[in-house]
Parts: sequence; C-alpha cells; structure tokens
Amino acid sequence: MKIPTFINIQRYSIHDGQGIRTTVFFKGCPLRCVWCHNPESQSFQRQLLFDSSKCCVCGACIASCPQSALSITEGTLRTNWSQCNACDCDFRCEAACIHEARFLSGEQISLEKLLKLLLRDRTFYEESGGGVTLSGGEVMVQDMDYLLQLLQKLKQEEISVNIDTCGYCSYECLEQVLPYVDTFLYDMKAFSDEIHRQYTGVSNQLILDNLKRLSQGGAKINLRIPVICEVNGSDEEMGRMIAFVKEHVRLTQVNLLPYHRAGSDKWERLGMKGETFCPPSPQRMEELKQLWLDAGIGPVYIGG
Amino acid sequence: MELRGMNERIRALRQQSVSTQPRLSLERADLETDAYEKYEGCVSIPELRALVFRHLMENKTLCINEGELIVGEKGDGPQAAPTFPELCCHTLEDMQIMNDRELISFKVSDADMELQKNKIIPFWEKRSIRNKILNAVSPQWRDCYESGIFTEFMEQRGPGHTVGSENLFKKGFLDYQQEINEAIAALDFQNDPEALSKKEELNAMSICCDAMVILGKRYEALARKEAASCSDPQRKSELLQIAENCAVVPAHRPQTFWQAIQMYWFVHLGVTTELNPWDAYSPGRLDQHLNPYYQNDVQQGILDDAKALELLECLWVKFNNQPAPPKVGITLKESSTYTDFANINTGGITADGEDGVNPVSYLILDCMDEMRLLQPSSNVQISRKTPQRFLKRACEISRKGWGQPAFYNTEEIIQELMNAGKTIEDARKGGTSGCVETGAFGNEAYILTGYFNLPKIFEITLHNGLDPVSGKQLGLPCGSAEDFHTYEQLMEAYQKQIEHFVHIKVDGSNRIESIYAKYMPVPFLSIITNDCISRGKDYNAGGTRYNTSYIQGVGIGTITDSLAAIKKHVYEEKNLSMKELMDALHANFEGYEAVRHLLLNCSPKYGNDDDAADNIMKEVFGIYQKCVTGRPNMRGGQYRINMLPTTCHVYFGEVMLASPDGRLAGRPLSEGISPVQGRDSQGPTAVIRSAAKMDHISTGGTLLNQKFTPSNVAGEKGLDNMAHLIRSYFNLDGHHIQFNVVDRQTLLEAQKHPEDYKDLIVRVAGYSDFFHNLSRALQDEIINRTEQSF
Repeated sequence: MKIPTFINIQRYSIHDGQGIRTTVFFKGCPLRCVWCHNPESQSFQRQLLFDSSKCCVCGACIASCPQSALSITEGTLRTNWSQCNACDCDFRCEAACIHEARFLSGEQISLEKLLKLLLRDRTFYEESGGGVTLSGGEVMVQDMDYLLQLLQKLKQEEISVNIDTCGYCSYECLEQVLPYVDTFLYDMKAFSDEIHRQYTGVSNQLILDNLKRLSQGGAKINLRIPVICEVNGSDEEMGRMIAFVKEHVRLTQVNLLPYHRAGSDKWERLGMKGETFCPPSPQRMEELKQLWLDAGIGPVYIGG
Repeated sequence: MELRGMNERIRALRQQSVSTQPRLSLERADLETDAYEKYEGCVSIPELRALVFRHLMENKTLCINEGELIVGEKGDGPQAAPTFPELCCHTLEDMQIMNDRELISFKVSDADMELQKNKIIPFWEKRSIRNKILNAVSPQWRDCYESGIFTEFMEQRGPGHTVGSENLFKKGFLDYQQEINEAIAALDFQNDPEALSKKEELNAMSICCDAMVILGKRYEALARKEAASCSDPQRKSELLQIAENCAVVPAHRPQTFWQAIQMYWFVHLGVTTELNPWDAYSPGRLDQHLNPYYQNDVQQGILDDAKALELLECLWVKFNNQPAPPKVGITLKESSTYTDFANINTGGITADGEDGVNPVSYLILDCMDEMRLLQPSSNVQISRKTPQRFLKRACEISRKGWGQPAFYNTEEIIQELMNAGKTIEDARKGGTSGCVETGAFGNEAYILTGYFNLPKIFEITLHNGLDPVSGKQLGLPCGSAEDFHTYEQLMEAYQKQIEHFVHIKVDGSNRIESIYAKYMPVPFLSIITNDCISRGKDYNAGGTRYNTSYIQGVGIGTITDSLAAIKKHVYEEKNLSMKELMDALHANFEGYEAVRHLLLNCSPKYGNDDDAADNIMKEVFGIYQKCVTGRPNMRGGQYRINMLPTTCHVYFGEVMLASPDGRLAGRPLSEGISPVQGRDSQGPTAVIRSAAKMDHISTGGTLLNQKFTPSNVAGEKGLDNMAHLIRSYFNLDGHHIQFNVVDRQTLLEAQKHPEDYKDLIVRVAGYSDFFHNLSRALQDEIINRTEQSF
C-alpha cells in the first residue's frame, strides 16, 4: 500500500454536501486545468510555496540551502527553482523561515491516523447529517488499497462519504468504491474533446464514458461544472453538455461554479505560471442555469 | 419570518433610553444619610437597613416617562445612576473623572458636587464597607490584589447574582408580610438563642414590605394625577390603567400580563435600590412565569401578541434605562461600560421536566431582535426537548452579529446544579445569570468573589515565588524555572503556587462575606429569596436555601499554550533551554524572534482538538477545580469555580511579562475558555471539541466565544449549521456558546495585524481559506463584500 500525500484535511466544511463535513484533499491529479484554483494539488509530490509578500529578505533561508538555489537580487529574494532539489522533500529553507513566507504543501498520512482524524468530528456529522468528503487533487488515482480500506472503515462507522472526482480513471476503480459512496461530486469541464484537451491536457472520452456508466450503476451524482466563458461558457458548449446528460445520466443536482481568480497568487507562490480568465457575470450564470432548467434538469445551483 | 417592528411608542422610548446622557443622581445618598442620622443606634442593623429602604421608597422622586406603560426608575429619571456610599464613597476626584472623561462618562451637577463634599463624604468616608474590607484583609491579600493575581467583586459592590423565581409572580408584598408575621409568631424565645436576631431580621423584612406597598401607592397617585391633567384620551386611559395596576401590584399578586411585568419591575427597583448587586437581578425564567398570564389574558380577549410584545419591549427599555453604578478609584478609571448584568433566560425545560418553550418565549425572541439593547442581556436555554424552530429562530437573531442571544445547555446546567447538591426540581428551575454563572433561581445566593489569574501564577512559579512585575515575593519560594528538570517538577511547583494563592483569595473572601453578613444585610432581597423568611436569616448571612461562592478562573488558553510550548521544546525536544526561554521572556522577545517563532508557530495550541495541548488544559483545569471546589464559605455553603473573564483578561494581561506561549508583555490573555486569540486554525468543530474536553459539569459555568464570517452562517443552510454546531457542543456537555459574526471592521483589523487573526477563515469563492493567507487584493475584495445581509 502506498501512502498518499494530502494537501489539507479541512474540518467544518459546509459547502460541499449535506451537513457539517470533513473534506480530505488528496495531492496529485492527472489533469492540468489551466484555471486550477489549487495548483499545488496537481503534483503528487510535496511542494514548497513561497509568499513573497511575507518575506522580509532576512536571508536566513539562503544559509540553510545546500543547493545555493536562493539569492538576494535587487533587494528581493530569488529562487532558482531548477537548482532546488527539495532536500529530499524536506525543504530546509522552510524550517529556517520564521516569517512564514515559506509553506510546505503535502503531508503523508497513514490510514490509521487519517481515520482517527476523520472520526473526531463524528458528533457533528451525526447531528447534521454530514460526513466525509474525499476530494483533491484527484481521489480516484490514488492507491486503491488505501482508498478502499478507508471507505470500508468509514462505512463500518456509519459515516457518510462523498467523493469529488474529475472522473479520469479506470471504471473498475469507480465500480469498486461505488458501494461505499453516498454521492459523487462529478466534475465536467467541457464536452468537446478538443477544448478539453486544450485546457486540461487530457481527452474527456474516458470521463464522459465513466459518467454514463456510473449513472447506470445507480450512483447518486451531483454534476459540477466550472464555468469559464472563454472555455465552456458558450450556449453551444453548454448545450452539448446538457444534451449528453439528458440522454445518458441521471443527476441529483447540478452546480455551476463561476470561475474566479482566487487561486492566481498560488501559481506564483509555486513558481509556476497559470492562465487567468474573466469571471462570468452573474447575469450570464443565470442564463446558463436557465439552459439546464429548460432541458428539464435540476435543481441547478450557482456556486456550491 | 415577518417582523412587526417597533411601534412609535417603543421607538420613542428606546430613543430616549439610548440617547440620554447618563448622569449621577445623589438623591439616594442624600436620603440614605438622613435616614442614618435619624435611626442609627436606635435599632438593629437589619432594621436600620430596612428603615433606610422605606425612607427611600417614601421620598424618592417618581417618574412616569411620556408614553411608557411600565413605570419606575432607579434614579430620578432615565440614565440617572444613584450612588451607594455605604459600600464605596466616591471622592471628589472620582466624580470629576466621571464627569470629564470622554468614554462612559456620568455627568455630575455642581449641586451634587457640593452635596458630596459637604454631606456625603464627611458622613460615609470612614464608614463605607470598602473601608472596612480594606482594613480587614491581610497584607498578603492586599499585595496579591494590587499585583493582579486576583480581583475582588465585593470591594465596591454588594454581593450580586441573584435571580427571582415564580414567587415574584405569585405573591404580593402583603402576602409576604403575612408569612413574615407568622414566622415572627413562631419564634422560640424559650430555646432558640438566635431568636432575637431572627426577630430583628424578620422585622426588617416586614418594614421592607411596607416600603414596597408605599411605593406602589405613590405611583398609583401620580398616575391618577397625570391622567387628570392629560388631554390625550388614549394616554389618559393608559395612565388610568397604570394607576389600576399600581393599586394591585406590588401589594397584591398580579392579575394580568401587564401587571405581572409591572410587578417584576417594582421588585427589580427594590433589589437595585436596596443595594447594588451589579444590577444583576433578573426575573429568571420570564417566559414560563409570564405564560399563565398571557394564556389567561388572551382567552379573556384583553391581550394579543402585538400588545404582549409592546409590554415586553417597555420592560426592555426599563432595563436599559439603568446604567451600572459607577465605581471608585482605580477601578473607576479602568471601568469602561455602562452595562450591567441582568440576564434573561428563555426556553429550557419546566420544573417537571417538560419542554419549557411557550408562545411568550417566541415573543421574547422577537423583542430581543427588535430592541437590540445591551441590557437586558438575553440568552436562550437549549435542551434536547427544545424545538428546532425555537433554536433556529434564536440562531437567526444571533447571526446578525451583535452577540445575543447566547446559547446555554439546559441538561448540562441541571447536571451542574445537581452535582452541587440541588434538588432536581430546583435544578430544572435554575439557569444562568450575569455572564454564564449557574444558579438555582430564587433559591440561591451564588456570589462571584473575583477573577483569578492562572497565567500570572505561572509567571510567579517560574520566578521562585517572586512577581517580576511588582518585585514583591507573593508566592512560595519553591524553585525557579531552571530548577525544574522535568515537566512534572514544573507542574508540581505550579500546583503548590495555585494552592497558595487560592488560600489567600479564600481567606480574603471569607472575611469580606463576614463583613457583609454583619454590617450590610439585605432584608428586601431576603424576602424574595427562599428560605430566608422561614430561617429568619438574611440573604447575605446564609439565609437562602443554597449558598455558593464562585471564583472565576481566567486565561486557561494562555496557560495551556505556555505549558505545551515548554513541555515540547524545553523538556521533550530540548531545542530550547529554560534559560534562553526566560531571557526571551524578560526581553519581551526582542532579539529572540526565532524563539518566539518556535513558541508561537511550532507548538501545540489549545483549540485545535490536539490532545498534546488539550490534555494540559485538562490538567491545569483539574488542579484549579479541585483546589477550590468544596472549600467552606462563611454562609454554610461552598466555593466553586467558573471559567469566565468578562473583560478581566485584558487587565490580567497588562500586569504580566511576555509569556511562553509567545504572547507579548502587557497583551491580553485568552478569554473565557476560548483558545488564545487567533491560535485556533482547525475551524469551529475543533474549537468545540477542545473546549468540551474540559469537565464543564464540575464548574458553575464556562464561556466560549466563536467567531464567524457572515458567509459561514448565510442562508437557511447557514442557520442549520449553526444550530447543528450548538447541538453538537451541547451533546458533548458544553455549557455556553456565543457567536460573533465578523464585520468589515474586524477584517480591516485582520489585514493590519494578521498575527492576531490567524484563525479567521473566510469564504473565498466556492471554498474557504484563512484570511491571512490571501493576497491583499483578494482580502480587499472580501472586505468589500462583507457588508452583505442575509
């Protein structure tokens, strides 16, 4: 069993399903969505984020770096990322920084420890009809042994589990987890394969196929669509998604998630470059919502 | 739900209440001095106090405000604060400070200044209880008091925290007088050596009954007089009804809903005129007491919801018309509130264990919502039997962000009370008053004796018993920081020091209780609190059924985090020496930024459901709780603890150096049982789990503040989640929780001082993140949208 890496375990999560939940963010994703709000969720490795606004250029990190990847140039701290070898995932510069400008993302958590953590809020789940949400990154490409054992244990403890997935995995994996999952929060980013490839780096054939099969398998599915006007926000593209869903999928609800730029500084902190788009207007969101409703699919929520 | 909104009458009364400049009124002091000059030495002390009370009720200026339906003011008008020179006598300098300061000022007229100088000070300066107390306590007690180890409530104010019961609504003062006469007739002068003192006390109570009857008659006459000259026919008939009401109450038991409220208000005036128990007199379970009157009047067709609400709102205005009695000396300079501590419990269960929510409960919620006054403080008791509708309606008001109502756990309160020896029925009738203090309403004198500075005692522990701020040897010489080679040795020393200071505190409180019992009886309050009449004994002398003295522990978050950091870095990981830590504390971390970083950011913190910290909290709590609980007081009862600070955590922080949790010198301590400000990073469920690890049931009340941003509690779902959080905390036996919904101003502060707001989670867009982690631009955006309504 390979122990996965996690970005965060967020307790009192109240916006991704019924009741009070704990959301588990796995690290690592097969997609490379250019608008990703949490770009640190893409790599399976532990990563360092550097927030230059908190750096007071004290230079303590420079002394700690065995690779000489850090320097002060023109009064600002520079990182030569190509020289950084992550100190074997230890990132000594992080411990050296007392101003919290350096932040490590990614921690391996054993199954036993994770379960203990998830059970801590049991009272709240039981009182509110909540539970655990597995999210990411991507859950379905993590170690299946770990995932199945986690799901079985949670089921034993009578805790409801939702899985938030991009659907880019073998159907066998989905089939295996199906008995333990209350609701799938299933992402759909575009219907046209060309668009999907361009913005996420992968084809969506597998994703659409899995969605269809999961629905046939009797899963409860909430469809989640990030709305980016330049990518999937046209009437035509939305229309194609609607037509597919109408023909092949039974949904419990649709969430249209308006694109926002909140993640943009995270790309910078990772030393990566993301792409920014225009957030859709509330009016456009209403129009798109109406398209779904007109097709007889609902309920539809904006945001979520 | 649709709110009716205040009507014109209430709006005008509320406006008068909130816009009138508070002022001092020396009428009470003046009349009291006359009465002392006339009676002192001729009668027993209880009778003297009763004669003073009667003299006040016979002669005080009456006041019927335009449009009001419930009458009676403590002073000569709204926002007029009487003084209590028998407890503490203001100097002229005190009065000048009160008059001149910008915040929380009390205007003092030139005539009153003269009166104070020529009559009040000469008579009272050396006779005041405060003077007696300061002469009676030990030098050790004084040193500790002056160094901020503990405070003392009763040094300036009478024993407070007392709450009425259903008796108030079932008996008139002629009925009480009948009982008192029977008790006098039954005195046994053949065998009972206390018979005489009982007779004196009972006589005093009887005089107080007369005083109340006189007050009612005077108000009846005034209302008739005003009615006679009133040209507005509607107001004329209201004044006549007020006169009718005052002909019934307080002499007889009330007949209607309106009279029941007027009855309570007369009693409240009586309690707060007799002495000043911080105005912490409360009607107890008002919804249950009023409900029979409400039901009956509705059936008779003389009351509807609009009228009932209006009458409740008139009562609310009356509470708010009474500012807190101003203090003296240093305490006056520090005191920054007009607010006193009347606290109304709504909901809960009935004496026979059924759900206590009734139609009046919902009207009280509407009243809170519409009035939004700081006084009376309003809370709801939530039991397993409380309907979700009631809880959600209370949440709906609470999330508006002005801190009320607070939420209390009925089942936990009952367990607390029974654990302290109350009967099940008395426990069910009980509740909380003041801030969060538990009591058996109508049956108990539960007296708060002062706050107790747990982190300061630890500071002294690290300095071999020396207070490094005052330079005085206050504690025991049982080792300095570097002498403790293990965590266990450190804790052992801390425990010894806690025991030492509890001992000093209790020694002082016992002397003070004895002074009140001997020199400052309260015969009026004794009439209405069971079982003072049947025992012939005063409220202040142990006459009530239950007699508790509470000491309030402060700074549990600060002390827990301090110990957790030392345990980890000094004793376990050994990456910090005790010497370096002490040097850093003495330097207020200047030049020791890396040490502070270690303490602040790399140590277990209480409030994150982290057992490494929470177990230490339990350990410290256990030491304190066991050290205090069960010590006998001077009134036949016991000492117990609460965990609440009011605003004392600010003062207690000011008397301290930097602490090992990374707190800078002079900064506030943690408040209540909340985590250190900004140190809880795992969200509200983790805070609740940490707080619930404390054994609440062994206390007399704990206080937990939870901060939310509006988006966290928005919409129907937000309300549901708030309700779920409350029920979950109560399932875990939590005592109290209140919510602060963060406003724009707080976010602006958080932007300026991110280190103080590391716990602040905001809804960004489809997800939540720590506010301090967001870019400036995004923070600005969130600040801009935080004005939203629900």
